[in-house]
Amino acid sequence: MTSLHQRFADLTNDEVKRYSRHVIMPEVGMEGQRRLKASSVLLIGTGGLGSPLALYLAAAGIGRIGLVDYDVVDFTNLQRQVIHGVSTVGVSKLESAEARMLDLNPDIEVVKYNEPLTSENALRVFGEDWDIVIDGTDNFPTRYLVNDACVKLGIPNVYGSIFRFEGQLSVFYADEGPCYRCMFPEPPPPGLVPSCAEGGVLGILPGTIGTMQATEAIKLLLGIGAPMIGRMMLYDALEMSFQTIKVRKNPKCPVCGIAAGDIQLIDYEQFCGMPAHDHSEFSSVDETEAIDIKTVTVHDVKAALENGDDVVVIDVRDPHEWDISVINGTLKIPKPDIQLAKNGIQGGRRLWEETILKDIPKDKTLYLHCRSGVRSADSIAFLSEVGYDLGRMYNVEGGILAWADEIDPEMPKY
Amino acid sequence: MAKIRIPTPLRAYTDGASDIDVSGNTVGEALGNLVDQHPDLRLHLFQDDELRSFVNIFIGDEDIRFMQGLDTEIEAGDSLRIIPSIAGGSACN
Repeated sequence: MTSLHQRFADLTNDEVKRYSRHVIMPEVGMEGQRRLKASSVLLIGTGGLGSPLALYLAAAGIGRIGLVDYDVVDFTNLQRQVIHGVSTVGVSKLESAEARMLDLNPDIEVVKYNEPLTSENALRVFGEDWDIVIDGTDNFPTRYLVNDACVKLGIPNVYGSIFRFEGQLSVFYADEGPCYRCMFPEPPPPGLVPSCAEGGVLGILPGTIGTMQATEAIKLLLGIGAPMIGRMMLYDALEMSFQTIKVRKNPKCPVCGIAAGDIQLIDYEQFCGMPAHDHSEFSSVDETEAIDIKTVTVHDVKAALENGDDVVVIDVRDPHEWDISVINGTLKIPKPDIQLAKNGIQGGRRLWEETILKDIPKDKTLYLHCRSGVRSADSIAFLSEVGYDLGRMYNVEGGILAWADEIDPEMPKY
Repeated sequence: MAKIRIPTPLRAYTDGASDIDVSGNTVGEALGNLVDQHPDLRLHLFQDDELRSFVNIFIGDEDIRFMQGLDTEIEAGDSLRIIPSIAGGSACN
């Protein structure tokens, strides 16, 4: 495959020295390094995948690197997001990443987009002269958005995705091969997306996949080697196995199978049935039916537990979270179990008394809590769908985090 | 007897097993045998009797969509693979 562009930037003597280990390889050479300096790469996300991407692409001398992120560095990010550090906890991820990149290589330009990527801004952001977009996001709605916008604008999308100990890598470049939608036409429904208990990620995994994405980007820019177009690499860290599968272009693909001008960016949160980012106003509960969920505070929970009120407090977090912190006296049923039971009842495969819901009395007042209040609200919606009285169910505002803040300062937060 | 590779997100429904031996002469029969062995998987793979649209099944490196779908014949020793749709991240709300 030939290089994506024919632009070349002059190198200073210092730059020739900096990149000497590149320049002495004939596959790169002076010409290739000058090409990299004239290249531009846009990174979606400055998290687990974005960290190694930003570091290595800066070090490699990509002249212009764009970063899209709206978040600030959190202490829990540091297990895998190695571009950030303790000194930048609480700081914008863009500022944190830029400082580290320019420290590594002051000769590059960093362009910052401090906003969540949305259907409204994607074409503007992607349209600002990027040779390659690299998808380092953590959610389905944004992945479909990145794909569709890249196909529409004819930009290659270097895809990487991670889950626990597994990773996927591909290059979706509709001009030359399939797009993400050829492989994954539709997202899994929200109920079948792995829950928190099954989630998590080995901190090194985004390093492995992110550096492979950076490798593919460099190959595309230099026009060397065999890019991962039409192929997907499946990586299993536990087995240390790599397998490559074929990804074929779907001639009936709803996105890359139609004219670019006809591609419309849609509401991807609705398409996927889940929010794209923390600040999203999307709610699956609001979407399914506009139900009014009543709330109580952690003080109400404390009072109910102490007074032996006729209230059942249900913890819908996942079992591994119970090891971190727990409110004594609660009934523990993870949200996915409630959802599974609800689906079984609604699908006519199970009777209520055959499911775990038999442990949740229908004639008592229920207080439901999770970590912060999202999963418990979903759980209330599920229960209401299978005959529980909405008038007697209450969502605990702020979840166990609020309990830690207001009731038990000794409790660890996560 | 063919083998099906279960991706991490679905191992919660196979008691943690990653490779499962299945019987059957076609992909459809093999998957049927798989969900007979692990009934909780059914909801994740099938909607009624149709394979869910986001479920990708590969034999070796080939997508069965570009073969004969569930009717694709398999031989003893074939390696089937379910390719998960994963989005990355570890957000817990």
